[in-house]
Amino acid sequence: MRVKLSLLLTICLGLPLGPGSVHASEEGVEGTAKADKLDACVAPTPFMRRNHFELILHQRDVTVHQGIRKTDNSLSGCVDCHVRKDAAGNHVAIDAPGEFCAACHEYTGATLDCFTCHATTPAGN
Amino acid sequence: MSQPTDKRRRTFLAGAAGATVATVAPGMVLQSIATAKPRDTAVTDKARYGMLIDTTKCADGCNDCVTACEKENGLDLLSKPEGASDEQWDMQRPRWIRTVGLRNNLTGRVTRLPMMCQHCEKPPCVDVCPTGASFQRADGLALVDRHTCIGCRYCMMACPYNARSFIHESIEIKSTAVPRGKGCVESCTLCVHRLDQGGTTTACQDACPHNAIVFGDLNDPNSEVSKAMAKQPTVQIRDDLNLNTGVRYTDV
Amino acid sequence: MKKIHYREWGIEGPRYWGLLAVLAAIIAVAGFATLHMEHEGHWVTGMNNQIVWGTPHVFAIFLIIAASGALNVASIASVFGQQMYKPLARLSALMAITLLVGGLLVLVLDLGQPSRLIVAMTTYNFKSIFAWNIYLYVGFIAIVVVYLFTMMERKANKYTHGVGIFAFVWRLALTTGTGSIFGFLVARQGYDAAIMAPMFIIMSFAYGMALYLLVLMFTFNTDERPLGDHVLRKLKNLLGVFVAAIFYFTLVYHLTNLYGTENHAYEAFILREGGVYTWTFWLGWVLLGMIVPMGILFHPGLGMQRGAITIAALLVVFGGLAALYVIVIGGQAFPLNMFPSHTIIESAYYDGVDGMARAYSPSLPEVLLGIGGVALALMVTFIGVRILKFLPVSLADEVADPHHAS
Repeated sequence: MRVKLSLLLTICLGLPLGPGSVHASEEGVEGTAKADKLDACVAPTPFMRRNHFELILHQRDVTVHQGIRKTDNSLSGCVDCHVRKDAAGNHVAIDAPGEFCAACHEYTGATLDCFTCHATTPAGN
Repeated sequence: MSQPTDKRRRTFLAGAAGATVATVAPGMVLQSIATAKPRDTAVTDKARYGMLIDTTKCADGCNDCVTACEKENGLDLLSKPEGASDEQWDMQRPRWIRTVGLRNNLTGRVTRLPMMCQHCEKPPCVDVCPTGASFQRADGLALVDRHTCIGCRYCMMACPYNARSFIHESIEIKSTAVPRGKGCVESCTLCVHRLDQGGTTTACQDACPHNAIVFGDLNDPNSEVSKAMAKQPTVQIRDDLNLNTGVRYTDV
Repeated sequence: MKKIHYREWGIEGPRYWGLLAVLAAIIAVAGFATLHMEHEGHWVTGMNNQIVWGTPHVFAIFLIIAASGALNVASIASVFGQQMYKPLARLSALMAITLLVGGLLVLVLDLGQPSRLIVAMTTYNFKSIFAWNIYLYVGFIAIVVVYLFTMMERKANKYTHGVGIFAFVWRLALTTGTGSIFGFLVARQGYDAAIMAPMFIIMSFAYGMALYLLVLMFTFNTDERPLGDHVLRKLKNLLGVFVAAIFYFTLVYHLTNLYGTENHAYEAFILREGGVYTWTFWLGWVLLGMIVPMGILFHPGLGMQRGAITIAALLVVFGGLAALYVIVIGGQAFPLNMFPSHTIIESAYYDGVDGMARAYSPSLPEVLLGIGGVALALMVTFIGVRILKFLPVSLADEVADPHHAS
């Protein structure tokens, strides 16, 4: 649980936990996501934490029904920016345990249904 | 007097089109000519996308359109579930496009053609869908919103073209451009992901070595597909149903 | 007419619980089969991209139309005012609910995304007969619950007639809707016929009555309640008439099809060359499902023997499942007629090369799911009659029919 919590803090608050976090090769390495180099997401972090799903949901409907494919709020945009790489430089699935999406969703017990269909890495799995 | 000017202007703009929407003057957007749509605007009913398939050019033994479609739309990423027989997998795997050969009962003449979703103007699949997941986009594409598809398969019962597939197994390898999920129905999208990103061709069209497939805007009299249709007699499959399909054939 | 008394089903505890345990075990097995199907996906079933509706749909549609048919007895009592049927009405309404619940559950559990049922309940496409059916089914359950209440609560008895009429009209709409699921499919040769809707109504009369008779005879027998010959004769004659009506509709359906050349290939498929579908049609639907039961029910001697009536009712149920198998699966197995006056010579997607039928063989999980629906309907019925007063104490001739000369 402590590992999960620290990951949560790392990811959501961008707090670096120092060089101590050495992961197995399958796990993402801190600071390897594009988002790690940015100050905030497409909206301020507190807003995103609460409302990311509304944004994704809205984007989903306009994409499917109206063909609007701006990447700002799109799921593939989320994945592209927040996915991390492992020590070997390969992308780690964003819904893998401890990774960006899974970390919070596991912690809060909210279901994460996107990735039964959608790709979990930018290149498509 | 105005006629030649218009024509010249069209020719000029047609050259510029394809990449993006051409803006001639402030506020004046010539979307009827430019088939490509910027990715941040909604589709309109100005364009209606469709295809003409020239069956005289479709060569025996060629399967290039099918292969290209499966690659483009991630159908080749699927594999037979462990424990399923080859025969069963063949009946249960999704197919968006397939080649069909037919022989005229009287004359014995053989025709070969690719079959896929015909993108009807009045699609039976849309009529019967209980949740509205089967829908028609403003630009004429018959699509499935797989976020609201409950997997009842009534659309598959209603489709006169055997064009739809049900996803019978879990998806292990996912495609970014064309997501799919177990328990939902899908079919040819006329490569909607390309279209939305400004593309003007479909994978099957690009792959056809015989140029048998022409894709484009049926509402635009100057599009390649409209010109090709104007030149020769075309038919819609099962025209008795009066569905006004977007995919037309010659010489069937 | 004597006052009718109702009492809970009084069979001994061990027998009752044993019966429930057997049914619960069947339901549990069906539940595991369903979980397996949902977890793995539909590849574990015999269904495929051509035969998209399989055995679960045969059972589900059978139960759904039988549900509306089961309400007949109550309708005869309260809509048409036949006193003799009044004591029979409560069980009839109960079975209308339980059979529908069983059928709907099978239908829902076969969906590709059963967890999205909430989507089906909140977003509607009103052009879809399927969407209408969701209202028709849910509404039917609600109306029959009210109908039952007016029958069982003395103070509400005065509303029974009105609610009964409403329920009767609704059940006709419900079966019309179910039949129209097929009747509206222009794409398929075997379905695109307006006669589908009335044929489904008449089928519902017979299948509902057959199941009703079976449950009535079973519950009365085991509880040693008197069931008079007169009542039984009326019910079995009704069943016979309903089966004769299916016979008529089947005949008309195929004769009209045979008249039009465009349907000849389909008719040849069902009636002559369709292999398992042809056999199921002639042996199941026609011979065992209609001719033999009619022979038994209208036979002067056999028709009055309870064993024979039971067999006839069982055969009608079997024939009903066979009929729906031919309609649902046979109708899909016949290839789509995309290119009239052409023969398909090659296809990578089962377009019927040389008119070849599309393949389907039911898998165990599908069959278990269907049987589970029947078991659930029966279990809820038995629990219902056990805890509430659905069954009359006696249906002896002198009780049920005042005019009967004893």
